[in-house]
Order: sequence, then C-alpha cells, then structure tokens
Amino acid sequence: MSFQPVKFYQTGTFTVGNRLLAPDERSVQASEMRSNSINSGHRACQGCGEALGARYAIDAAMAESNGQLIAANATGCLEVFSTPYPESSWQVPWIHSLFGNAPAVATGIAAAMKVKGRHDVRVVAQGGDGGTTDIGFGCLSGMFERNDDVLYICYDNEAYMNTGVQRSSATPPTARTATTMPVGPEPGNVFGQGKNVPEIAMAHNIPYVATATVADLRDLEYKVRKAVNIRGARYIHLFVPCPLGWGSASHDTIRLARLAKETGMFPVFEAEHGEVTSVLKIRRQVPIEEYLKPQKRFAHLFGKHAHPELVARLQAIADRHIRKYGLLEEGDN
Amino acid sequence: MFQIRIHGRGGQGVVTATEMLSVAAFEEGRHAQAFPSFGSERTGAPVVAFCRIDDKDIRLREPIMEPDALIIQDPTLLHQIDVFAGLKPDGYVLLNTHHSFDALGLGDLFKGRKAERFCTLPATQLALKHIGRPIPNAPLLAGFAALSNIIKLESVVKAINKKFSGKVADGNVAAATEAYNMVKEKMKEFADA
Amino acid sequence: MLKQTEGSKAVAEAVALCRPEVICAYPISPQTHIVEALGEMVKAGELTPCEFINVESEFAAMSVAIGSSAAGARSYTATASQGLLFMVEAVYNASGLGLPIVMTVANRAIGAPINIWNDHSDSLSQRDSGWMQLFAETNQEAVDLHIQAFRLAEELSMPVMVCMDGFILTHAFERVDIPSQEQVDAYLPPFDPRQVLDPKEPISIGAMVGPEAFMEVKYLAHAKQMQALELIPQLAAEFKQTFGRDSGGLVRTYRADDAETMIVAMGSVLGTIKDVVDEMRAEGHKIGVLGIISYRPFPLAQVRAALLNCKRFVVLEKSLAVGMGGIVATDVRMAVTGTGLRGFTAIAGLGGRSIPKASLHKLFRQAEKEELEPVTFVDLDWDAVNKQLERERQNRHSGPIAENILHDKGIVSAKFG
Repeated sequence: MSFQPVKFYQTGTFTVGNRLLAPDERSVQASEMRSNSINSGHRACQGCGEALGARYAIDAAMAESNGQLIAANATGCLEVFSTPYPESSWQVPWIHSLFGNAPAVATGIAAAMKVKGRHDVRVVAQGGDGGTTDIGFGCLSGMFERNDDVLYICYDNEAYMNTGVQRSSATPPTARTATTMPVGPEPGNVFGQGKNVPEIAMAHNIPYVATATVADLRDLEYKVRKAVNIRGARYIHLFVPCPLGWGSASHDTIRLARLAKETGMFPVFEAEHGEVTSVLKIRRQVPIEEYLKPQKRFAHLFGKHAHPELVARLQAIADRHIRKYGLLEEGDN
Repeated sequence: MFQIRIHGRGGQGVVTATEMLSVAAFEEGRHAQAFPSFGSERTGAPVVAFCRIDDKDIRLREPIMEPDALIIQDPTLLHQIDVFAGLKPDGYVLLNTHHSFDALGLGDLFKGRKAERFCTLPATQLALKHIGRPIPNAPLLAGFAALSNIIKLESVVKAINKKFSGKVADGNVAAATEAYNMVKEKMKEFADA
Repeated sequence: MLKQTEGSKAVAEAVALCRPEVICAYPISPQTHIVEALGEMVKAGELTPCEFINVESEFAAMSVAIGSSAAGARSYTATASQGLLFMVEAVYNASGLGLPIVMTVANRAIGAPINIWNDHSDSLSQRDSGWMQLFAETNQEAVDLHIQAFRLAEELSMPVMVCMDGFILTHAFERVDIPSQEQVDAYLPPFDPRQVLDPKEPISIGAMVGPEAFMEVKYLAHAKQMQALELIPQLAAEFKQTFGRDSGGLVRTYRADDAETMIVAMGSVLGTIKDVVDEMRAEGHKIGVLGIISYRPFPLAQVRAALLNCKRFVVLEKSLAVGMGGIVATDVRMAVTGTGLRGFTAIAGLGGRSIPKASLHKLFRQAEKEELEPVTFVDLDWDAVNKQLERERQNRHSGPIAENILHDKGIVSAKFG
C-alpha cells in the first residue's frame, strides 16, 4: 500500500488544520484540556501578537508541567493588560514585581521551590523586549550565567509599546518610534549593531535558546514544551507584531510575523549549549519591501520621499541572517 | 580600661593581632573590644588596629587616641607616621626590630617615661624561624604579654589555637613562646642592670 | 554561648539560627563578612535546606528575595550604602508587596565623594520605603534584633532592616552571647506566609492598582507599622523571657530620671555617649540618654514620654538632610510638639568621622547652657570649608570640591584619631 504523508504545507496559507492530525499530535490550544492560563477578558488590543504568543506559550508550559507552573512577569503591556485588578486573567500563580527584575524574581521563586523540594514546579519569567533586552538585561544575564532553573520568554514587539512606542534596543534600523521620528536626513531608528539577545543568551552556553514567531504557533508550542523539560536557564525569544506600535492592521499580525521569518529579518532557530541545532528554513523567500510596506513605522522609506538606500540596507541585514543561519533550503539560491 | 594600639602594614596581620589579643583577654574572663582602623588599605599600606581590655562592659566606640600600650609591627613606619601620638606617659612600647632603640636613633623616646616599659623584639625573625613567613603578630602579642603582664602567655596560646590550626598554629605558638621568654629575659637584664 | 567574635560573624550565626531558606549575596563593604560567613555555612552543609545565591547586583539581590519570599521561603540579604541605593526600586517593591524579607544594613555613608565608612545616610534614605528599621547599639543587640526581626516581619508580613554601624560594629571583635538553636526555634516559628505563589491555589501578586484602591493599600502599610509599635515591645519582652536579655524594643533610656539635658541618638554611638554621661553625672551634671532602636515605625509617644521631663535635648545623628539639617531630629521634634522643649540638632560622624568623648563633652556642656546653634556640625573643619567657599567666590573654575578639600588638608594617612 502506498503511503501518502500528510502535507502540512498548503500553498498560500501555511496553516495546518487540527482536524488533519491524530489527537495526540494536535496542538495544546486545540485541546479542550488547555489551561486557559491567560483567560479571556484581558485588555490587549485587537490583533495583539503578545497576547497570542503568551497564551500559547504559557498554556504549553502548563500542559508540559502538569499544571505545576509559576510565572513572573516584568512590567509592560502583558502585565498591564492582563491584571487590571481585581480582574486578573492569570490562571497560574503569577507575580509582577518590577520592570527590570523578572529574571531575578524568577530565580528567587526557583530557589524557593528547590529548597522546598518542589522539583515538579517549573518557573517561567516573561517580559517584553524593553524589559528583556534593555532594563532587565543585567538580571537576565545573571540568571543565565548562574544557569538558574528558569525559562525566560521574551515577547519581542521591537519597542516600548506600553509607554507609547519608544525605541528599545530591539527596534530595527529606520523604524519610526516616538523617540526615533522619521524626520531629518536619517529618518527613523539608527543603524546600530542592535542587541541580539538570543545570540547573547547562546554566548552564556545555557542549555537551550530558541526563537519563534506567532506565525508558527505549533513550532512555538514545541519549543516551549521542550524547554520546560530542560533543567537550567532557558531562553525563548518570541517575535510578536504590535498593530498599535507598528501601524499595521490587526488582521496582519500573523502575516507580518510570517513575513519577518520569510524575508530573513527574524531568523527562527534553536540552539543548545551555545550551538545552533536547527533552523526553520524560509519556504519562499520574499523581498524585504513586502514585510516593510504594510507597517506605517516604515512608511517614510517609501512614497514621495523614498529611501531606497535604507531599504537596501535592511535587505542586507536580512541577507546576512539568511547566510549566517542557512535559512534557505538547499538549492534555493 | 587598658587600651592598646597596634601599627603595622597591610599583610602583617595587624587586625588579626588585635582580634587575637581580644580573644586572649576574653579567655581570661575579661571584656575586650578589638577593631581595625577601617581603611581600604592594600598590602603594604600603613594599618592601625585597636584593642580595649576591661573588667566591665566596654561601650566606648572612639578610636584609641591615648593608648596605654603600642605594638609596632614595622619599624619603617617610624619615619612615616607619628606612631607614638597620644601615648600615655607610663605607656608600654613594643617594637618589632632586631636593632636596639639607640641603634634606631630612638633613645630620646624614653625621656620622662618609664624606660623599663620599652622593649624591642626581633619578631619577624622569630616568625621566619618558626612559621616560615614574616608574620610577626603572634610573637609580638606574646612579647606584649611578657612586657605588660596584661594578659598571660597561655591566653595568647589559646587565642592562637582558636585562630589557626595544624602546623601554622604550632609554629605561631613556638614563635610566641620564644618571644615571651626573650622579653622576660630582657626585662630581667634591665632589672638587674 | 558566650564568644569573643566579630560582629559580622555573630550576625551570620544569628541569621543562620533563624533558618533562612534563601540568601542573596552581593559584595559591598562593610556587610561582606556577613554573607561570606553564611555562604560558607551553606556550602559546608551546616545550614540546610538553604539556597545561597551569588547575584549580579544589589537590585538582583532584593529581586531574588522578592521572588523567593513570595514563593514562601524565608529570605534574607544584606547590603550597605550604594548597594542599598542601587536596590531602592526593589526595596520599595518588597514592602509594597508585603513580603517579610529581613535585610541587614551595615550602615555606611553615601557618595559622592565615595566613602566606605560609617554613617546612617543609607538606611535613613529609605525612611519612607515602608520597611521597618531597627538600629543596634552593640553586636549583641545586632544578633538579638535579627532574631526578633524575622518574627516581626513575618507576623506583619512586612520587611525589616536591621541596621548596624558599618565597621564600628560589623568589624569589631567583642563578647557576644550566641543563642542555641533550641532557643531560637522556640522563639521563631517556621515561616507561614500570608500570600504564597503555589500552583495548588493560583493567585496574582503585584497587579496594577488604580486610584480607586491605591491609597487604601498604602494606608495598610502605615497601619502595619502602627501595629508594629505594639508588637515590637511585645517581641522584646518575649525575647527576654526566652533568652534572658533586654534587647530591642522601641526606645531605651539611660540615667534619664532627673535629667535636665537629654541626648537622643541611634546605634553604636550610644555607647560612647553613655560613657560621657557617666563622667558628667560624676561631676553633678543632670544629663541622660534616649536611644532610639525603632526608627521605623517611629515611636512618637515613647520619645515624647522620655523627653517630657527634661528641659532641653540634643539629637546627635550620623545623617544630614542637605538643605534642612537633621533627619532624626525632625522626627524627635515632631514627637515633642507643643511641649516648648528646646531642641538642638548635632550632626556628627559623617563618612566615618570619629566621635570622640572629648567632642561630646564639649557639645553636651554647650547644650546645657543652651549655647548651641539649632544645627551644630560636630568637629567640622571650618577652615577647610571657608577656604573652599572663598576659592569658589574668586574663581569660576574652582574645580572639584572634594579634591580641593583633600588638597587643603594634606596627607591624612598619618592620622588615626
């Protein structure tokens, strides 16, 4: 009998219906047993990539830890929209302390669990890109360096959205934010080196580092589940578009996340002990313009006073990622 | 209350000396307070540490400005700072040197003071001989015990054994014992002279 | 057990007897010896179960303690000076969340100019942080206050700082009675948190609170400290029953009965003050002492009662509210409102400037005659100050102040007074 593998790739959509899968292969979200760790009623904007990402990530972590999960949260959108007290959306034990200390708070929780012999309890810390790559960076590096038993998830929407879209060290070059306005001869954010926290995390040789996007939620669930089962410091950097901050349509959140990956702007990979172990290949490479054009934060690169030279520099960044991580299928280029 | 000030250099065990001195006094059932001059001095820098001994609770927290006794662990300090500042008229001075006070040009020091309370001791040589390292604090404490009778040699030995163990403790005890006897001998010579 | 030991070592032993479950350590003088000793005990397996975490900053130290305390572990850290300032955001957060963390502050000056020596500027800068602050007079009291602090913190679910003078106490070898484990266990029950992160019963801690409830939450922090005014004397009395020693409490007076002049102070300088008062009493001066142990909550009623029968008082404090004068003095004057008492402020010992008996004799005698200015700077070198002021008058580019003053004063390493 000939074997017909299920082809998960459906041209033009990338979607995989759960109905095509055996029950044990279905996603956590597809399960009626999902924990709804962030319950409905929170106050995120329409199309919020962070709310979606956090929901998938924390539900997956809950499933994998058999419900034995404690979460620490940095100040930021996720914290604010999920806990307009007393209407907390969290169905997990959850603590918010400060903007810059979520990794350290998580270290403390993990230490308490260790001292109490609760080896079954897993600890997650989460924050946005500002709380992770900027103000919380010292605590993050300390937690990595000590290899504390914490899974840190960064929801990266590339700016300080909670305070009104200001630049962070994760903001891409040329992007318009409230503190990098598209005026003058060098409009938008600077072309710096950026701060590549996944690579910095890898430099700490921690057991597990992964990047993911909300365009591939099954991949995200897989990475969270894998991370939950590893002891020591783990880091997942999740790309979460922000319609408000990016000036994009709410319905484009998934599409933009996918384009970030398919252009090479956001490489999706896994690394163990400092070495890349897998990458999600680009399925159909697209030029950077396709990713930039739907976002008002890049609008000044196009139109009457276009900056093709800046677009070219952004393309060069994407190309560098493609080369560095081997993002194209063999024979594609 | 009896107040001792110890001068030395970072790395010579000055602070440890006052701590051991306070432990020795404690072993005799007395109250004692030892504290350093609280600097951030590195190895080789001048260091001062203090010790008070009394039969009652010690509440005073000022530095010792008018000591009853001075222990000087490094004679080169004499050219650098006024180690004798505030010394009480009938105070004791124990100087770590293999020279005499006269040879160091310090003969004038005794003027108007009790000369029998001034003594030199080759403590570094004793330390090198018994411990193998130039840490003169233990023999100086024993020498001070002999000179002043403020504490007993056995208490100093107890304090050494609390601070150190094994060969280091044995070496320090041997150095201390020889120092004690050396100072007692000198005092006898002085009394006989 | 009676011991001749270093203050830091004694405090480390006391903390260990309190069975802390998580200890966060970051080095800063003069508290280092405390966490070093605790770290060794944990490594050697003498203090177990306990996690000793070498964190990357004081901010992380307090943050880790926040996490571990919220997860139900008895949590401890120690700091001083710049370290306390570096963790300030987390300091306020710990009290705001109502987490009963105990922290030793080895009191040290705040720079610039950088200075490692003792004064009370660091913990007093956290006056309004919501932490209770207890000041030790001796190393014995530092030991005893730590044991009481865990009780106090956990009964109220609020954090406590135990303040001890850096170097003067932390590095002093003196006689200390270290209690037995049985005694401490009898006094301090296991930590039973009011709120705990537990998967069995998920709660959210640290949610955003808007104008509709923020004031109530803050008032409750105040109410907790008002409760502490009742609880602190009770804990001290109970401590005496278990350990047989007077330690802690809100305030303590010395030779105050018929005193016309009262000296008010906190911390180890009380010892020197008592010696001076004994000497002055021997000469017939009617002088007494009021020591404040609990700076937060501030015992207004007890301070007022202790001063009510004197004619004048001097608050001698190792802190300065720049542009204002005294910090402790402000609270003491508030306590005696309406009594018509003459109060003087004496700023002394900043940055480790020694406070010798001779200076106190002079100060107290002037106070008796009410010849003091409202604010006196004890042993201030007016020549050096005036020289710099003149330099600034004459030269726009007068340069860095601290360096100028050091230059004027010459080499000071030769001095040890």
